[in-house]
Formats: sequence, structure tokens, C-alpha cells
Amino acid sequence: MLRILWLVPALPLLGVIINGILALFFERPLLLRKYYEDLEKGVHEEDSHGHGAEDHPLFHHWYRQLVSITGPSVVGAAFFVALVCVLILVKRPPHERVFQLDLFTWIQSGEFRTAFSLYLDPLSSVMILVVTGVGFLIHVYSVGYMAHEKGYARYFVYLNLFTFAMLVLVLASNYLLLFVGWEAVGLCSYLLIGYWYEKKSASDAGKKAFIVNRVGDFGFALGMFLLFWTVGSLNFSEVFPKALEMWEAGTLTPAVATAITLLLFVGATGKSAQIPLYVWLPDAMEGPTPVSALIHAATMVTAGVYMVARSNVLYLMSPTTLTVVAVIGGATALFAATIGVAQNDMKRVLAYSTVSQLGYMFLACGVGAFTAGIFHLMTHAFFKALLFLGSGSVMHALAGELDIRKMGGLKKYMPVTFWTFFLATLAISGIPGFSGFFSKDEILWRAFSSPFGGKVFWLLGTVAAFVTAFYMFRMVFLAFFGETRLSPELKEHVHESPKVMTVPLMILAVLSVVGGFVGIPPILGGSNRFEHFLEPVFEKGAELVPAAPHHFSHSLELGLMVLAVLVAAAGIYLAYHFYMKKPELPGKVAEKYPVLYDVVANKYYVDEIYHAIVVYPVYRFSVFLWEVFDVLVVDGIVNGVGRVLLGTGQAVRRLQTGVVHTYAVSLLIGAVILVGYLIFG
Amino acid sequence: MVPESYYLVLSGIMFAVGVVGVVSRRNALIILMSIEIMLNAVNLAFVAAGSYLGDPAGNVFAFMVMTVAAAEAAVGLAIVIAIFRHRETVDVSELKELKF
Amino acid sequence: MSIFGYPVLSVLVFLPLLGALFVLLIPKREEKFIKDSTFIVTLAVFGLSLYMFSRFDGGTAAFQFVEKRSWIPEYGVQYFLGIDGISLWLVLLTTFIMPVTILSSYSVKKHVKEYMVFMLILETGMLGVFLALDLFLFYIFWELMLIPMYFLIGVWGGERRIYAAIKFFLYTMAGSVLMLVAILALYFYNHRVTGVYTFDLLEMYKLNIPLKLQMYMFIAFFLAFAFKVPMFPFHTWLPDAHVEAPTAGSVILAGVLLKMGTYGFLRFAMPLFPQATVDMIPVVATLAVIGIIYGALVAMVQKDVKKLVAYSSVSHLGFVMLGLFALNIQGIEGGIIQMVNHGLSTGALFLIVGIIYERRHTRLIEEFGGLSKVMPLFATFFMVVTLSSIGLPGLNGFVGEFLILLGAFKANKVFAIFAASGVILAAVYMLWMFQRVMFGKVTKEENRRLPDMNLREICYMLPMIVFIVWIGVYPQTFLRKMDASVTKLITHIESKSQLAGDLGDLPYHERLYARYFAGDNGDE
Repeated sequence: MLRILWLVPALPLLGVIINGILALFFERPLLLRKYYEDLEKGVHEEDSHGHGAEDHPLFHHWYRQLVSITGPSVVGAAFFVALVCVLILVKRPPHERVFQLDLFTWIQSGEFRTAFSLYLDPLSSVMILVVTGVGFLIHVYSVGYMAHEKGYARYFVYLNLFTFAMLVLVLASNYLLLFVGWEAVGLCSYLLIGYWYEKKSASDAGKKAFIVNRVGDFGFALGMFLLFWTVGSLNFSEVFPKALEMWEAGTLTPAVATAITLLLFVGATGKSAQIPLYVWLPDAMEGPTPVSALIHAATMVTAGVYMVARSNVLYLMSPTTLTVVAVIGGATALFAATIGVAQNDMKRVLAYSTVSQLGYMFLACGVGAFTAGIFHLMTHAFFKALLFLGSGSVMHALAGELDIRKMGGLKKYMPVTFWTFFLATLAISGIPGFSGFFSKDEILWRAFSSPFGGKVFWLLGTVAAFVTAFYMFRMVFLAFFGETRLSPELKEHVHESPKVMTVPLMILAVLSVVGGFVGIPPILGGSNRFEHFLEPVFEKGAELVPAAPHHFSHSLELGLMVLAVLVAAAGIYLAYHFYMKKPELPGKVAEKYPVLYDVVANKYYVDEIYHAIVVYPVYRFSVFLWEVFDVLVVDGIVNGVGRVLLGTGQAVRRLQTGVVHTYAVSLLIGAVILVGYLIFG
Repeated sequence: MVPESYYLVLSGIMFAVGVVGVVSRRNALIILMSIEIMLNAVNLAFVAAGSYLGDPAGNVFAFMVMTVAAAEAAVGLAIVIAIFRHRETVDVSELKELKF
Repeated sequence: MSIFGYPVLSVLVFLPLLGALFVLLIPKREEKFIKDSTFIVTLAVFGLSLYMFSRFDGGTAAFQFVEKRSWIPEYGVQYFLGIDGISLWLVLLTTFIMPVTILSSYSVKKHVKEYMVFMLILETGMLGVFLALDLFLFYIFWELMLIPMYFLIGVWGGERRIYAAIKFFLYTMAGSVLMLVAILALYFYNHRVTGVYTFDLLEMYKLNIPLKLQMYMFIAFFLAFAFKVPMFPFHTWLPDAHVEAPTAGSVILAGVLLKMGTYGFLRFAMPLFPQATVDMIPVVATLAVIGIIYGALVAMVQKDVKKLVAYSSVSHLGFVMLGLFALNIQGIEGGIIQMVNHGLSTGALFLIVGIIYERRHTRLIEEFGGLSKVMPLFATFFMVVTLSSIGLPGLNGFVGEFLILLGAFKANKVFAIFAASGVILAAVYMLWMFQRVMFGKVTKEENRRLPDMNLREICYMLPMIVFIVWIGVYPQTFLRKMDASVTKLITHIESKSQLAGDLGDLPYHERLYARYFAGDNGDE
């Protein structure tokens, strides 16, 4: 029965094909027709989001209704199949909860063989449910959100393709197939960020995302090579047992394990937007908002965390790598959160928040708490998708306005959006009872208590939690509370979003609230069923974990928990103080520390630094190579050889006078010399 | 019986006359005639040497050279006529376009 | 003879030539008929090659459908054709690309008849190169295909066509003359050892050539093939030739002609001179890696789309060379797959450039922008081809690059690491170019009403896309048939060479000197 697993990725692929046909054969001619009609009318410029004349027949063609059905429904069906598969899997005893479905041999060359095969275990179960579940909701939301877009079918082609690629990524049974999904989601991200390709900033952002990810993939690929030539396989079912065997036999040295895991982690920093490769994610907000929700918050960017968790056996062999992962994760969590404080664009705040939350997940992995990382991955998918969709709803209502300084008082105009957004904010800030609280607290506690952890990591996480609560509530207060600062014409326009958008918001809100209940820690009377469910995946690696140096008391755990809640509350209060009670205060602070404010508001100038030390020098060097080395040196030599030969010819041709007598005399002289040589020589 | 050396000396003189003619004269016809003289000088040497050595190859070569000479004269004269028609001159010092 | 009962390879090679004769008989003004018959001939050749492919046995490394006849017995010259799992793919690539290019050449206006005749002669030359197993015959075909290509560039090319054509011709000739000397040296050496005069390649494989001679001959072959590949720093003819050549010329140049260099390494230089090959790996691999990065960097700053694609070829073929000289099964199979890939992707890119060139008569990137809106279908095709060239998994480029890097990593990690950075750069230059040409707003008035691709253009682009996806998704079709031949090649080289270990830990150049030039060790 589990053989139907292939349907999970196949259904979105079917959606790609159907929508692709619709896009090519119906949407494309209609768009071209509209384009030429506009040209006739002399309308060249439209606003960049493609909102055109909506009474055009293009927007009433039946293909749109069909896309609205096929687009979300294939993902919904995939969710249903995934659910069935997971339920079947759960019925099995914990240690038999692994299923591999071989479809066909993909690449075989010598001793190297990879199959196109799917691998379902508790870890991938969680992932496919999140991907298809959240994905489905976002697809439905998109039907409303994108209704006025001209490239409607094209959008759903990309979105379905993304779902397919993401499912390949999480269901892959080997690193190579995982890499296929890995790069394919990058492609979809590129296509969707650059969806409004007429906007330069959008296509720039797409390109940047792809290239920065490529840098990460470069490390990932090298990690794969090293892994293959060390262990002899890339299949999960072989790599981990074999690596353990070799570890015990001493043939897999810690140095090699460190190299492999660090290289793989380079890939993760790219895909999951960690220092130093996080720079693409904020720019990725150029894409449509549902895309930001799905790809750049809920699913794709968590691929790195998934990959690290999947490779837990390898990571646990190298404490060095774990420390690096934890440091980068913790540093990113705090660093990105501080940038979030000074951003005014709603989506950008959320983008930095995503980077920061991903940092938490890596912090968890780095201290060996993979379950906690995955737990946070799941809850984050709920509340962050909700936050993005909420901001999309605001954007929808305000005709694309995203600057929180120009909002205010939206609460009364869009109650559903406000309440769902507010719940998600509570969740991300770690308010007890909400999903984010359980997962974040788990991470903080493990950072404190794990044998790989330490107080520094706990401190990083806690400070970041404070900043998170602050910037999230800053946004909520500025956007939804207080007096409205909307321009008069916008005030006319503002409205609550249609049902097709608010219903997904409500479902996600419910998940954001209750999503944490699957992982209530024992100390709060729960049994952390989430951890037990994932246990078989991390069991093998657990053998590598050294025994905890000392045991921590329950009261300490409870104490830290309360402290974390207090810190979050302090953050919220500070935001309240700054933006509700004394709205003039932020400006004063900024005036007092102009340099600090400037640096933070400009995102620490990281983009500029990268441009100055990487992009520009490489560009200049390339120009040098071309104009100097290629044209002057290499071609200079080639043409030089030609010129020398020509010159020699020029010199020698003077001998050819054309006068018959000269030839006759030289003939004579030659004959005399020859005869003389024959006689006297 | 004239000694063979006489033939060779005569042949040498004829050849030298031919060479001088080719090198010093400008008229293409004279140059062609000088070449004929050189060829006949060689013929004479071949025949003399053939009779001296009792080898018929000398005569054979002489016939061969005569044939070639005839052909050469025909082609050469044709070229000269063609040039004359074109340029109205047979002075080789004026015909020096055939260069670089 | 062959199992077909008729000499299939000969028919394959000479059918285009017959077609050329036929086209010569058609009156000049019947342009449509000339084009159609050329297309049908190339299509027939492709069909025949497919039929041959269906009968090809992938389980054996031996040459198949062999035809061997004495040609000039006095000198031991034979008419000797055969195909194995390595040449199979290049033959199929050639026969596949020909109808595509002919279809794309329907827009040629000038001297249609001569153009088509040259194209057909070119096909004979190319197929002959890939099928000949006699060095003399090989050399004839090798030079034969030079002539039509010279005219294709020189007559139907762009503004600086004469310069480009002569540069192309001289570069290639310089290499091939050296190769001719080496072939003759090999011929006489073979006679000295075996007492038989022959140009038979398979006989030559059996020789154990003394080291010094091996090295000299390897260098001669290396130069001939390196010019053709082209490897850095012998590459400067390529951008000029590509930019000036007509679209079809560029496609064939990139698709097939460059592969002759890499094929030459596989078929001649490596198995004939195994020890020299093994010892020269560091040199060749270094040049290959420099080529990968250099080509990519220079491609990045080009202003002309065609030049950009030309430099990207330098980069891609660097990958191929790196794979071949990894001397393991992954590297070589990856190299062969990558040869086919490059033929498809870069060929398709040149077709793409041709499509916009025909509409705008310029190839400068800055002249375009925003074409996605005006030509959506074109944008779709262009995107797929771009991604294939970048090496996106699921499309063909990835399979080749992955196997090459996997193999190279086993052979030498440093080379693999540097080479892998080329993959990043590929994304940079391709996507940047794509963005500037296709994205943004339409700024130039001339671009506002460009027609999208027409049916003919779709017809020749679609098969390319099909293969691009096929190789990416199911490369086993291709890998399975080359396994046996590649394995045999590797065992052959390994059995005839010894690693440098026996010379101790000397630095590389001293080791080379000790082995080849100090005294006459190993010489007879």
C-alpha cells in the first residue's frame, strides 16, 4: 500500500504539466494579443505588478478557472496521499518505520550507482506533511492573491514545480537525488522571485538567489564527492551504517568526517540563508508574497536543516563541525534579528526574522538536538507562513504598500488578518501555550544542557528571543494599532481580503496555536510525542553522543523557561513603550546613536562589502583577462607569428624582379656552381 | 677522321654563344634562337659522345632533345606572338610585370 | 562486413556525399527543392544511424559493423571503418545535429546550392573522422572537413569572416601537420618493430613505444587535438570563428567539430601513448582547469551573445578534458556524456542566438532586453537551454558535469575543487546574459514587435529540448552502451603504463625529466 508514495511527488508534477499546457496554449496567445492591443492603443507602461485592465477577456477565459482548480487540488491530493502513507507508516512498530520505493536507476557508472528512489521515514514524513499541507493552503491563498495577475497559469506552473521539487528533496533516498531537489527548488525560487521579470530589482534578486545558492551547492557537491569516495555510497540506507562501521574500525577519521560535514554545511548555509550566504533571502521578497510564505519561510529554506538532521550520524562524528554549526546558527539568529529591528518594509522584517529563526534551527542541530530543530522547523512553517500570508493580505488591501510607517490602525479594517497575524506573532515571540514557545524553549534548553552545548549558545538564543519579540511587536503595533497613517485614497481602498485568502489564514492560525502540543516536554506534563516519533531516525547517531557531563535539575529547566518567557515579555513591553506609549522615542534613539542606527538600518553594509571584495574584483579581473590576456597576449602572439611570416615574405619577394635577364643570369650562375661542384667538389 | 675533342670544343663554343645571346640580347625572338643554339650544342655533344662510346643512347637523347626543342620553339613563339599582339613589343626588358 | 548484409557505416559516411552530388545536379534557382532534398538526405542519414544504433550491442567493447578493405596495399593503407561505444554517441550526435542545422538554414539567402553542398560534404567528413580506424583514412577525413567549414565561415560569415576563416584554418592546420608527422613516425616505427607497413589503428594499439618517442608523438597529437578542442591557451580562434560563422556553422562547429579534438584524445592519443598520457595528466588537467575558469570569467564580460557562448564552450570543454584525463570510468563516461551535452546545449544556444539575430541583425546584449514579454515561447526555450548549459539537475548538463567532477575528485581533489567553482561562474554568466536579454522592460523600439518563434524554428528546437531532458532524466540509455568500451580503454591504458611511483618522491618536472630525457632509459 505504501507503494502509492510515488503519487506524492507525481501529483504536483501532473499539475506542472496541465498548467504548463494551459500556460503555453491558452495564456500565452491571450497575453500576446493583449500586448499588441495595448501597443495599438499606445499604452506602453503598466504598473510593474501587472495589474492591467481587468475587464480584458484574458481575465475571464475559462483556462483561469481550470488553473484555479488544478493548481491547488494536485497539492491537496498530494497532501491526502502523504497523509495516508504516513498513517500506514505509523501503524508499523517504531523500528520498522522505514520504506524505500525504487523507481529506476538514474546514473550508473562503474562503482557509482544512484537510483531514483523515494525514502519514507518519520523525518521525511514530517517534511512531506509540512510541505504538502502548508503548500496546499498557500496554493489556495494564491488563487485569491494572484487573481489579477496576467501570468496566472505561469505562476501555478512554477508553484507546482516547486512543490514537486521540494518533495523530491525530502523524499530522496540518497544525497544525489536530494541534491536534484535541492537545485530544483533553487530554480523555482529563481523563477518565482523573478516572476515580475519586467522589474529589474526582481530579476536581480532572482539571479542573486540562484548564484548565492550555487556557491553553497558548490560546497554541497564537494561534500558529496568526498563522502562517496570515503564511504562508497550516497544512499542513506547504506551511508550511515557503513560510516558507523568505518568509524568504529577507524577508517573514517574525524578529520575526514569534519571535512565532509563542513562541506555539506556550506550547502546548507546557502539554501537556508545563514551567515555568510544569507544575503539573498531578504532580496527574495521581490517575489509574490505567497511565494515568500511557501518557499522563503515554510519549506525551501528549511532544506538545509532537514539535510543536517538527515546526516545526523555524520555530524555527530565531528564535534568541530557541530560547534561551527551551532556558532553560525546562534550568530545568525542574533545578527539577523538585530537587522529586523530597523527595517520598515513588512516583508523584509519577516525575511530577517526567517533568517533568524533558521539560525535557531541550526543552533539546535549544532548542539545535537536535531529533534528540536525539526520541531521548530515545523512550528515555524506554520506561524511564519501565516505571518507572510498576513502581510500579503495587508499588501492586497493597500495596493502593494508595505511600509509599516505608512500603515497604523489596520486592526479595525481587517479584523481576520489582524487576529491571525497577532496569534502568529505571539507564537514567534515564544508566549507560553503557542507553538513557537514549545519548540523555541526546547532549543534553548538543549543549547544549555546538551553535551555539545554551552551557556554561550543559550545566551545567544535568549538575547535573540528578546530582539525577536521586540521587532515583531514593533511591527504589529505600527501596522495594526494606533491611529491610521494611511493616505486618504488608500483609506478608501482598504478592505478585508476575500474568503479564499482568509480561510487559509485561519487554518494556519489554528496550527500556529496548537502545533506545539505534539511536543510538550515532560517537565510541563507532556510526553514529547514528536521526539518519540522521530527517535528511530536519530537513534544511530545517538550512540555517538557522549554522556552528559552532569545532570541538570528540573527546577533549573523550569527556571530557564520562566526566564525566557520574561525576556520575551520584556521585549514586548519595550516595543509597547517605544511605539505605543512614546512614539517619538525611536527617532530620538536613532538621533542619539546615528552611526549605530545607520549601520543597522543598512543591514551592516554586508551587500556593499560583498560587492567590493568579491563581485567587483572578479568582474575587473575578468575584463582584464579578456581585454589584456586574451586579446593582447594570446591573440597578440598568434597575430605576431602571422606578421613575422608576412614580413619575411615581403623581404623575400624583392628577389622576384620580373626581368628575364636577371632570371637567366641567376640560372647561369646556378648552373656554373652546380657544374663546378660536380667537377671540382 | 676528325678527333672527338673537336666536336666537343665546337659544342662548347656554340653553347657559349647561346648563353651570351640569352643574357645580353633583349629581343625575345633572338633569345629563343639563342636557346636553340644551346640545345643544338648539347645535341652535338650527345652525338659525339655516343659515337665515341659506341652507345646509341647518345643519338636517342639527341632526338629527344630535338623533339623538345621543336615543342619549346612552337610554344615559345606562340607566347611571343601573343605578347606582341598585346603589347606591340618583343623587348623582354619591358616585360617585367610578372613579379611580386 | 556487417550483420546488415550491406556496409552500413560506408553508406552512413558516403550518403551525404551522394546527396551533395545530387544537389549539384539541381538547377541553382530551385532553392526550395535544394533545401528540401538536403534536409531529406540528412534526415535519412539520421534514420539510418538510428537503425544502426538499434542493432548496436552495448555488451561488447569490440568494434562493430567493421569494414576492412585494402586500399593502397603498397603502403599498407586500408579502408577501415568501425564503431564502438565511444564513437557511437558522436556519430549519433552528428547525424542528429545535421537535419536540425539544415532546417535552421532555410533562411539562408546567398548561394543556397553551394551552401547545402558544403554542408553535406562536411557531414561526410565528420562521420568519417568518427568512424575511421585507419590513421591514413582518419587523416584524410580530418582534413576533408576543414575545407567546407572554411568556406562556410569565409563565404556565409559576418563582417570579419575572412580573418576568422583563415585563423580557423591555420590554427587547425598547424596542429594537423604535427599530427601527420607523428602518424608517419608511428608508421615507420611500427614497420621497424613488426616488419609490416600498416596504418591500422588496432595494430598500433599493440605497440609498446619507447618512452621518449611516445612523449614526442603524444605532444604532436596533443597539439593537434588541443587546437581543435580548443584548450586554453589555444582557444582564441574559437570566439572569432563562432562570431563570424553563420548560425548553422556555429552549431556544427560547437556541436561536432570541437568534439573531434576530445574524441581524438580518446581514440588516438590516450590508447596509443598510455605512458605519456599518464605522465602528462598534471599538465593537461591544469590547462583544463584553467580553461574552465578562464573561459567562464571571460564569458562573463562579453558584450556579444555569440562570443559569450563561444567562451562558455572553452569552459565546458575544459570539463570534458578534465574528465577524460581523470582516467577513471566516471570521469571518462562523464566526459563522453558531456561531449554530447555540449553539442546539444551549446548547439541549441547558437540556434537561439540565430533566431534573434535573424530578427534584429545584431547580437549585442545591450540591444535587447525585455524579450520575454514579446517572445514568450522563445523565452521558454531559451530558459530551458540556459538551464541545461548551467548544469541544472534533471537536464543533461548536470549528469556530465557531476560524473566528471566525481571522477576528477577521485583522481585529484585540488583539480576537482577548482573545476567545481566553474559551475558557480556558469550560473553567473548565463543568468546575467539571460536577464539582460530577456528580462526587464522592452526599451528599444525595434524590439517591440519582434515575432515569436515560427513553426520551423519550433520544429528544430523541440528535438534538442527532448534530448536535453532525456539525458538529464534517464542517462542510462547512454551510459549503458558505452560502459564496455570505456572499461576496455581504461584497462588498456592501465596495463600499458606504470604510475610514477617507481621514481620516488621527485617533484613532477624532475620526474618527467628523469623518465624521458635523462639518458635513454626505456629506449631501444
